[in-house]
Amino acid sequence: MTKTIIVSCGTAIATSTVAAKAIEEACKAAGLNVRTTQCKAAEIKNYLDGADLIVTTSQIRFDPGIPVINGLPFLTGIGRDKVIEEIIEILKD
Amino acid sequence: MNIVDFLNPEAIILNLNADSSEQVIRALGGKLLELGYVTDDFVDATLAREANMPTGLPLGGSVNAAIPHVDIEYVKKSALGLATLEREVVFYNMVENDVEVPCRLVIMLALDAPKSQVEMLQSVAGILQQPALIDALITAKNVEDVLAALR
Repeated sequence: MTKTIIVSCGTAIATSTVAAKAIEEACKAAGLNVRTTQCKAAEIKNYLDGADLIVTTSQIRFDPGIPVINGLPFLTGIGRDKVIEEIIEILKD
Repeated sequence: MNIVDFLNPEAIILNLNADSSEQVIRALGGKLLELGYVTDDFVDATLAREANMPTGLPLGGSVNAAIPHVDIEYVKKSALGLATLEREVVFYNMVENDVEVPCRLVIMLALDAPKSQVEMLQSVAGILQQPALIDALITAKNVEDVLAALR
């Protein structure tokens, strides 16, 4: 089943673009079907319906009710393998 | 395609003497404005966004970076600006907004469309992930050194 990942950042232009590409590639390599939806952090509430996970490169100031993962490793490379493992762990069920 | 294609040599500032992130953003944004890439209110909008949604990134090496940027409506044509700082200037962490990130490299992104310039953005991320390249940028003595390191 295809899982939906919300990829958010401050403007939905720059950092979430990088993160979404990297997530799609990593999930594909792991054999997971995912769809990414990019949005501004302030707009997350509009996209939560049907979403399985949020990866964000900006601070989220509310509880969205689904798992939230820090997406900075996709920009900086630091802890990237670990965060990919976490994403796969959350989505594999 | 190379990142240098988006980096006008005149939008590179080396060893900027700045005491605050605002001074850095004003200097780099001013260059992008002079060069015609952004609108008159780009700098103020970028400052406002930085205050609310900061862009500091702790990196793996000894030098951290910030990547200030803003909504597309303030951009006429996609471009980059790059500044190395004479000394560390505090930006704040992109995800943990109350955590200070002392930065010596600032790459300003001016993007004119959503989801545009994926390759350029990936190239910027690629720079952030190479401590040796960042060291080369920080120690660059002139614009040619910067362009050579990035090529």
